[in-house]
Formats: sequence, structure tokens, C-alpha cells
Amino acid sequence: MTNGWVDIKNTDMMLIMGGNPAENHPCGFKWVVEARKVRNAKLVVVDPRFQRTASQADLFCQIRAGTDVAFLGGLINYAIQNNRYAKEYVTNYTNAAFIIKKGFKLPEDGLFSGYDTAAGKYNPASWNYEEGGNVTGTAAAAIAAGDGPATAESIAAANAAAPPPPKVVAVPGKPAPPPPPPVGLPPNTAYDLSLEHPRCVFQLMKKQFARYTPDMVSKITGIPADRFVKAADLLTSIRKDGDTKKVGTIIYSVGWTQHSNGSQMIRTAAMYQMLMGNIGRAGGGINALRGHSNIQGATDMAGVFDILPGYLKVPIPADADLAAYLKRTTPTSAKPKEWDSFNYWSNTPKFFASFMKAMYGDAAKKENDWAFNYLPRIGDKRFSWVDQWDAMYQGKLKGLIAFGMNGVSIGPNSQKNIDALKKAEWLVVCEIYPEETAEFWASPGITKEDQAKIQTEVYRLPGAGFAEKDGTFVNSARWLQWKWAAVPTPGNARLDHAILASIFLKVRELYQKEKDDPKTKFPDPILNLTWAYSNPASPSLTEVAKEINGKALADLKDEKQTPPEWKAGQQLPGFAWLRDDGTTSCGNWLYCGSWPDAGSNTQRRNPDDPSGLGIHPTWGWSWPMNRRVMYNRASCNMEGKPWDPSRKQVWFNEATGKWAGNDVPDFKPDSNPKDHMGPFIMNPEGVGRFFVPLAPMADGPFPEHYEPIESPIKNPLHPNQSNSPVVKKMKTDMDKYGTSDKFPYPCTTYRLTEHYHYWTKNNPMNVQLVPEPFVEMPEELAAKLQIKGGDKVKVSSARSTYYCKAMVTKRIKPLKLEGKDELVYPVGIPIHWGYRGLGDGRPDNERTPVNLLSPTVVDPNAFTPEFKGFLVNIEKA
Amino acid sequence: MSNGTLEIKAISGHSGKAPGSGVSRDYDVCKLVDTTTCIGCKACEVACVEWNGYEFRETTFANTYQTMPETAWNFWNLIKFNEMETDSGMQWLMRKDQCMHCEEPGCLIACPADGAIVQYSNGIVDFNQANCIGCQYCVSGCPFNIPKFNAATKKVYKCTLCSDRVGAGLEPACIKSCPTGCLHFGSKEDMKFEAKKRVDQLIANGHNDAGIYNPGDPDPTPGVSSPGSIGGTHVIYVLNDAKHPENYALPADPSVPLFVKLWKGPLKWIGGLGMLAGLAALFGHYVRYGPKPLDEGDEGRRAQ
Repeated sequence: MTNGWVDIKNTDMMLIMGGNPAENHPCGFKWVVEARKVRNAKLVVVDPRFQRTASQADLFCQIRAGTDVAFLGGLINYAIQNNRYAKEYVTNYTNAAFIIKKGFKLPEDGLFSGYDTAAGKYNPASWNYEEGGNVTGTAAAAIAAGDGPATAESIAAANAAAPPPPKVVAVPGKPAPPPPPPVGLPPNTAYDLSLEHPRCVFQLMKKQFARYTPDMVSKITGIPADRFVKAADLLTSIRKDGDTKKVGTIIYSVGWTQHSNGSQMIRTAAMYQMLMGNIGRAGGGINALRGHSNIQGATDMAGVFDILPGYLKVPIPADADLAAYLKRTTPTSAKPKEWDSFNYWSNTPKFFASFMKAMYGDAAKKENDWAFNYLPRIGDKRFSWVDQWDAMYQGKLKGLIAFGMNGVSIGPNSQKNIDALKKAEWLVVCEIYPEETAEFWASPGITKEDQAKIQTEVYRLPGAGFAEKDGTFVNSARWLQWKWAAVPTPGNARLDHAILASIFLKVRELYQKEKDDPKTKFPDPILNLTWAYSNPASPSLTEVAKEINGKALADLKDEKQTPPEWKAGQQLPGFAWLRDDGTTSCGNWLYCGSWPDAGSNTQRRNPDDPSGLGIHPTWGWSWPMNRRVMYNRASCNMEGKPWDPSRKQVWFNEATGKWAGNDVPDFKPDSNPKDHMGPFIMNPEGVGRFFVPLAPMADGPFPEHYEPIESPIKNPLHPNQSNSPVVKKMKTDMDKYGTSDKFPYPCTTYRLTEHYHYWTKNNPMNVQLVPEPFVEMPEELAAKLQIKGGDKVKVSSARSTYYCKAMVTKRIKPLKLEGKDELVYPVGIPIHWGYRGLGDGRPDNERTPVNLLSPTVVDPNAFTPEFKGFLVNIEKA
Repeated sequence: MSNGTLEIKAISGHSGKAPGSGVSRDYDVCKLVDTTTCIGCKACEVACVEWNGYEFRETTFANTYQTMPETAWNFWNLIKFNEMETDSGMQWLMRKDQCMHCEEPGCLIACPADGAIVQYSNGIVDFNQANCIGCQYCVSGCPFNIPKFNAATKKVYKCTLCSDRVGAGLEPACIKSCPTGCLHFGSKEDMKFEAKKRVDQLIANGHNDAGIYNPGDPDPTPGVSSPGSIGGTHVIYVLNDAKHPENYALPADPSVPLFVKLWKGPLKWIGGLGMLAGLAALFGHYVRYGPKPLDEGDEGRRAQ
């Protein structure tokens, strides 16, 4: 969340889409209720089903799963066409005014410029800003000269006219020449403050989404055009007649991430929020709800294969040394000359050196690039979730440690995961229940003969439940809150970190013993890892938390800070103290300040809220530096005064020349508004990106609607490029993909309030509330298939089959797509069951994981599988 | 409700006022269920079962999100779900069902067992299973279908409004567990005030049929319908459509069944009179005719 749970109470308008917080976050949902009761805030819910959140909505739209970019793009179009957007904000706080290079093409045919058909990916060189400074006033001339984005024809003409590229001749005996250095952003960006230039980001965005008319939105999503217009009118009403006071929020969850274009769905939402001037403001923001109590913490601490703690990047083979790595990963500011940019990632070398000192202590020296070579490099290969299971299925990955992670149930394509485990040499599972992964060898349909062939050695470790451990949880609002163990671990169960520590100590012992053996390739990273805990076999989490916060390794001085000195050994008060010279250590720069010398801020429990805005500055601690709303500079206008004086978060104090506020300013404290420093300090431009230049997005600088990999229709925008051109299907015999002739019903998966993932099926109380798996289907489909509520049905996809009971409901309606009268029947299945749990072993128990049905296909940016919006068939069983 | 002797005056290490300080007064108790903010999360169901220490009971899938069709002897708090299509679109109504704690309780009126059902001055109607004879008359007496018979123990059970918690100055378990603030607890007067405030807001936001379900209340808020003959309840609801309580599985006109009222009212009196008249007739007969003489056969048997 850019904002936080409590902050939702400050809003005037809510769009909840791609999430179902009443169902999955009932405690946080109280703030939605609060906003409606206290501020008369309006709630629009968009979802494939009328669910618990929808039951509270002022307006509900039933959308076809996987078509969210179309809806959100339609909103952007509606806001621009009806002049309902925040002009001053858009012009000054985003890259709307920036001019894009000639040769950039919009995807009218489904492809942006730079698509390499053979490689199946984009060369983003044309997705860049033009250099040249202020060009305001030149728009009319540019339009007259026919300037504008490239088209397929103009690109073909240019290619025909250009001389062929020089051939690179490989000289025998010499290595091939290195690839050309990556193109960077131009330092002095061209911009047009009138936003009229045909190649400025605003005009390109306007053109891009002009195609997303209410009719087109309806054809794609199945939402009737008049209903869409009603929703768009209500949502954009906060900017009616130039109003800048009102604020709207967007709340989402994995209903957006779990698609083959999930990252772009979230981007479209963020763009809409920037267009409305809602980011950085109390009651605004783009708010991801996290589905586990500590998934935010896991992500911050390197939950994904290509990031290190604090979102530092994992090195790649081309990073020859530290200097090369830092050059690649430290952005230089790119902005109009007259504007200022904080470019906070310019501190990357400090964060990185401090991280390496926390990891390797004295072994990380200036002379050895802070032990840079200890870190693994990732090459072209992805190591995402589905890639790892794919590698295991292909016999390339030999073993798996599954720690609190039920891989078989999580899927996708559970049978492939089960079969992959059959090929592994070993499997270690640390859990609190016997579950599907640990007992993959007893999955339904497996025979005694099959079992005899499985050679996988399975180790089961008794881990600890959440109430048996202390430590911090980081919630959706980025709050670090310490929790204390409520009960001891039962029986032989052990604390997770004690288990991990004993594995590590054993491995280190082995390396120590065999370090001189020529077969031991590189023992240094293992032998030199710092492990200075009072009890090495079970480190105290207090010590670990303090290590992550970081400390001074030498006496430090900084006149700009108060106090200006910090002694060696002291816990650091914040990341402004981090150094790139090895005099500080810090396990995650974002958490620096969570545990200063005075004690843990994560243990604070003072509920005071002096501003009444739900900031609660002394309850727990929120990263970064206890800021409750990120980018809060944008809550003020150009002069540094709040857009809405009744919701004052931060402001510029003319007398002191500094930013002050009820919240901690997320900004350079002494930057005078006259300097025009952008509020989005993590971007090198300083401003928010409607257009993402160069490489960060693999599938385009603007979002575009692409159909899910399995879809009932061709993409109405460009039927010849229905799916995203950079999304790849997997290639093993277990990766099958269905078509709508055999599997006509678009299916989505989700959770229920009554259950929690795959483990409450072990708890009688939860099972009592919802005892059995089911598939929700429209009454019209049930009538067509002659299925009654409670009938047993067989749901099948190209991958597998799933048996459950039918829930026949009014809450899902058939959809009309592509403007045709023919009906498409969406269905949905909750995820919570499997072959382990209460009722396990009963003859009538045929429970299996629903992810047997879902496809192995991932978003090209975040690598999240497409659990929502795949095709199934349903028959009476 | 506690009489205030255990009202907290100060709390160590606590910033601000002690919660609840200075609000003690003699009052009856009432639950307010604002169905317009209920998300059907079932936290109240779980809290009820756990506080009262009941075990897991097996349930079956019945084409609904509702846990079971009706409350049970060991499941006193049930959210009722109803899918409805109206002119304004789809609605999914969720309402917490439990004992209404009537001011004139049909169960108590019907019950013949001394001390099996008690009504406290704060409004709570509580069952004392030790005195229950298992006749189930209370079941017939209830207009809300609340008391449930347990065939194993031959006793009847229902929601106690957490009389054990309330007696100790705590709110009922269901109220405590509610995450959205849809459940409120306080004096009936305060709850009516809160309910009215919410209804006014709903009406101002276009829910023209919003209202309070407060059956039988002799002193309802002006403009609030209060059907029925149960003298008011200690549970009241805010409904989006108060004109159609049946959409929420609530009786439009709850009243104690006539035969129960007759049997504990006029019928009992008439019965009593009848019995008295019988005795009087017997006495008259004795006075007039004297004792019945023994006949021969009787004499013979006695001799044996």
C-alpha cells in the first residue's frame, strides 16, 4: 500500500477491484465501512462475482476475469474525454509533459515498436524520452508538420530506407565483441507544459486509451456500456468542475497480480490514480492488500529471485565487478533541466555496501569489492516459482526445501508439481500439518506400483505455528509490528529459525572440514557469513532484527543530522546515515530506523493520533522512516500547500524553509517548492511515470489489454494479437492449454472468509463453517446443464479434472461479449481443499487441489501465475 | 449489567481516558445489529461457539454460504444469507440471527417449569437447564424460532446474551468479535439513538426504505414501525429495507402464539376456575349426599 489500512477512512471514493477485502481482509475492511459511515464515501466494486465486498457496494460491475486493463483504460479515457483529471498535478508531478522519441509506435495492431518476432521479446530502445529541454509552444508546428507516434507503415518505410546494419565479423581466436552498452535516459528531457505536443506522454496516453470507448470496454469485459459509464461517472466525479479537494482510493489484491498481464493491470490503476491526482494523498493511493500476515515482510527481505533485501538488484553475469554492478543499478537523474530530482536510488552504493557488511562482516572489504563475488549471478534464466517446478519436472533441479510453502496446492498445474517431486532426489518439508507437498507420493490416483517407483527422499521437519514465534509481521500498510510468542512449540516442534540455523551450521561445518579438498569450489561465502548470535543454534530474533536495522562500524559524523555524531557500535537511527565506505552495516536499508539505539520501534503500542488522520506515528513503525503515506509531497500543490486543508499531511514551512507535517515528509526536507523537485523521489525523473521508458516493463511502456492465455474470445482490440506477445507458454508434456470449443467457461479462483489457504481444512471450526469444496455457477448455466445446487460436478481443464459440488447462484451472471447475443458463462472455485485435512481417508473424500486446473503461464514482469481467468468445462458427475 | 462498582477509573501506563469511565448508569442492555455493514464474516458465529465452549458439529453443503439452515442447540448465533434481485440490482443480504431477548418473552410465558427461564431486569432472558423439564413449550412460545432442544440431554438451549460476560461488565462475545463495527452493545435507549442516526444517513444516501426493526417497542423512535405483541426486544436491527423484514428472514409481525398466551393466561385461569368448580361440586356433593356407602363386594374384598 502507498497509504495504509487506517488511512482508508479519509477517502471520498473507493474502487475495489482485483480484491475482495470484505472476504479476505475483514478486519481491515472496517476502514471501508468507516469511510462510508463517517464521510459518506462511495464504493464501486468490480469483480467476476458478486461477493461479500460487492454486498456493501454502491455500484457493482461484473467483469470477465482477466480484462481489467480494458476497464481501467476505459476509466482513463473517460476522465480525459470529460476533462475530469488533476491538471496541475499531472503536468508537474508526472511525465505527462515529457516528449517521447520519434519512432515509438502505439499498439494499434497489438505490438509496440521494437518487437523482435524471433526472440519473442521487445527491444525497448524506442521507448525513451527525447532530449531537448522546454519545447512548450511548439505543439502547433509539430502537429502541422505531421509529427506524432510512429505507425506500422512509417516504421516499414524507415526500415526500407535505412542502410543495412554493419555486420560484426568474428575474428577467430578472439571472443565476440561485447554487446553495446544499454541505452540510458537522456539527461535533459524535452517537455511541453501545454501537454499538446503530439509526441508528449499525455497525448500518446490519450491516443492509446481513446480506443477504450465504453462500447469497447463492454465488448471485452462483458459489463454493459451504460453500467460502465455509470461507474466511470461516479468514480471520476471527484474531479468534476476542477475540484482538487476530494480524494479517491484504489484497493486491490491478487485479483490483479494473478494474470499474464497482472503487472500492467496494476500499472493502469496507478496511472488512473496519478491522472486523478490521488497518489500521495490521505484517502488516496494505490493500495495492495497482502494475503498473508507477513508477505510484505517476505517481499521486502528478498522474496523474489531477482532482488536482494530492500529491492536491491541481484547481480547478473555481465556485472564484471562492483563498479559495473553499481553503474548498472544506480540510476542517474533524467529530467527537464529546469526541474529538480532527488533520485533516491542514487544512494544504491551506500545501501549495497552496508548490506554486504551485514552479510559478511570483516570479510567484506573495500579491496574485495565488499565481497561482491560472493553473491550468485542470475543470467537469462528465470528462477521464478513455475520455472523452478518446471526445472524439477525436467530433472534439472534435484531437491527442494519447502518451508511453510505447500507447493503442490499452490500450483499452478498441481499435477505437474506432483510429478516433478517424483523426479526430485530429495524433498525437505517444514510444516505444522501433514500436507499435500509432503505427501505428494500419496496423491489421489497414485497406485502402489507408482509409489514403488518414487525414489524421492522426503524429510519432514516439525516447524512452529505463527503464535509460537516472536518477531515482526510487516502488514499491507508497511507497518513493522513486533509480536510475542503466545504459546511454546508443542511436542518436538522447533522454531523455524532454529531449524534453519542448525542446517546452516551443519553445512558450514562440512565446508570447514573440506575446504582444502580440491572438489570444494568456493567455500568463502559460507565460511565468511556473519553468524554472531549469542546462541548460534537458535538465534534470538531480537538480534536478527537489530542486525537488519544496522549499526555504525566506526564513529560517524554528519553535520546535517541531529545529533551530528554516531558512535561505533550504536544502532543507526535511519538510512540517511548509511555509508558506502564500509563504516555502516545494514541488512535492509528500508528497515533502518526500526530498531535504533533507544529500543525497538516495532514494539511501540501508543495509539495516539494527534492529527486525526489515522497516522498513529507512535504505533509500531512503518518503512520508510515511519512515513505512513508514501510520496506525500504530492498531497500539496506546487506552492507546497495541501490540496485539501482539512486533510493536512505535510506542507512547506516558508519561515523555516523546510517541509513539516503530521506525517514524516517523504521528500528532501529543505527542497523549496520553487526548485520544482518531483514528489516521486524513487524515479530518476522525480515524477510519476504514465509512460515507463526503456526496460522496466517487458510488455510495453503503456498498458494494453491482452486476453488471458486461455480465453473464450479473440481480443476485440486486435484479434490477430490476442495474447501478450511476450508471454510464453511452457513446453513440457504437462503444460497443456485449452481452447473455448472444449472448455467454454472462464474460471477464476479465490479464497473464502471461512478458510485460510490450505491449512484451515485441518481445523474443525473452519470446516464447520464451510465443509466442502464447490464451484459457483450462474443459474442460467446450471439450468442449461441440468445441474441443481448441491449436485456433484466434474470440472475439467486442459490439465486435469476437479470434483466438487455445484453452488448455483444469482451472484454470477452470464456475460455478453464482443457485442454478440451469445452468452458466456463464468464460473469460480474457492481454493481451500486438498487431499490432506479433516475427512482425510474417508471413502467419500475425493478432495484434490483446485490448482490441478490452473495453467502454467506467468506474467512477464512479476512471474506470477495466471490463477484467474482460465478455461474449464463442467459436467454433472 | 454490573452496577458500576467495577467500573474502571484509571489504567496504568494507558494514555488518555480509561475506556468506559464516567458512563455508568442503571440501564437495560441491547444489541444493535446494523445489517447494512455486515459482511457475513461469521466471526460472531465462531466467537459464540468458542465462548460457550461447544464442540465442532458436522455440517453439510446446502448451496449457500450460510453455515446451517437454522440455529442449533449448540450453535446460537447464525448469519442468514439471502440472494435477492431487486430493481436496483443484485443484493446479498446477511443478517445475524440469535435470541431477541423479548420484553414479554414467549418462551418464558410458555414455560411451566419453575426457574427454567429467568428474565433479568436488564432485559436478558436466560435459560437455566438445571430446572428445564424438556417439555419444549418454550419452543412453541418463541416467535423467532430460537430455543432448540437437545435430544441427548433432554434440555432446551439458546443464546444467553452472554449473561456471564455482561454480568462481569463485558460486552457479549459476538459484539467483541465483530471486525467491521456492525454490532453494537449498550442501553436500549442508546442503541435506538445509534440506529436512528444510521437510518437517517442511509435515507440521505438514497436508501429510502431504510429503517429500524424494533418489534413491539412501546416507545419506538417516531416513525419507526414496531409491530408485534412482545413488548419490545433487546436486540434491534438496522435494515436497508425495513418494509420487508421477511427478506432478512425476520417475522414482519412477531407475536407470542395465541394458544401460548391463552394457555398461560385465560385458559390457565379458566382451568383453575374449572378445577375449583370441580372441587366445589365435589364438596357440595359430599355435603348433600354424604360418603358413598360400601357395597357388598367391596366389603368382601376388604375382609380378605
